[in-house]
Amino acid sequence: MTGPKIIFFILAAAIVVFSILSIFSRRILRAAIYLLFVLVAMAGLYYMMNFQFLAAVQLMLYAGGIVVLIIFSILLTSQIDSKLQAPSGSHLLAGGLTAIAGIALSASTILEFTFKPSTETAVGTDMRTIGLQLMDTGVHGYALPFEVISVLLLAALVGSIFIAQKKKV
Amino acid sequence: MNLQAEIPLDYMIVLSTIVFFVGLMGVLIRRNLITMLMGIELMLNAVNINFVAFNHYLFPNRLEGHFFALIVMAIAAAEAAIAIALIINIYRQFNTVSVDDVDELKF
Repeated sequence: MTGPKIIFFILAAAIVVFSILSIFSRRILRAAIYLLFVLVAMAGLYYMMNFQFLAAVQLMLYAGGIVVLIIFSILLTSQIDSKLQAPSGSHLLAGGLTAIAGIALSASTILEFTFKPSTETAVGTDMRTIGLQLMDTGVHGYALPFEVISVLLLAALVGSIFIAQKKKV
Repeated sequence: MNLQAEIPLDYMIVLSTIVFFVGLMGVLIRRNLITMLMGIELMLNAVNINFVAFNHYLFPNRLEGHFFALIVMAIAAAEAAIAIALIINIYRQFNTVSVDDVDELKF
């Protein structure tokens, strides 16, 4: 066992265990905190694959934004010491069967397939390359998705304010 | 760091498959809107692991998976904001966030 392998297995175990705990926990605030652990471990995985910018975005946006938003909505909508109802037996059976069958089917299909890596020279993942490609309108440029995302975020902002406001009668 | 020699691509894909279906199971077994939203977030993150792993292992000559994961994150943020606005509005109307009790449109 080498260093990266040990780190990968620690991160993978944390991701799997905390995601299972997150969907089975009966205290909703604890479920949100387990989700936070999953997201932080995923940021570690991105660091391992050398995508520092993506890891930073993951930490800021998910751990700093979405989990805080979820915790706010939990505090607004539920009693903090009340427990969620346990999932009913039929739901548990159907969900468990779906998950196990899905994992078995997809994993067996994927493990049979042999992937062929590209042989071209690798491009760096530093901030400069990412910034240039994000603003580029050429072949490997992503200026259009970037602009579309900014419009989408504006629309989501306006829409969520409109939905959540108190209706004037 | 040469990750390919240490950790095969299959490990990453199996990990993301497990997280995806755990998230799906969370959506199926939970009756609370907020925990269902958490399941959806888990599924989106599992997909992101796949994009990033394929980018790193198979096509390091481009950054397509990286940007796709970035855009998925932005969409997840927008989706969470809208979903929470809807949940708060539902709570105001029905005083609950359980999907079993919100059945106004059911015939």
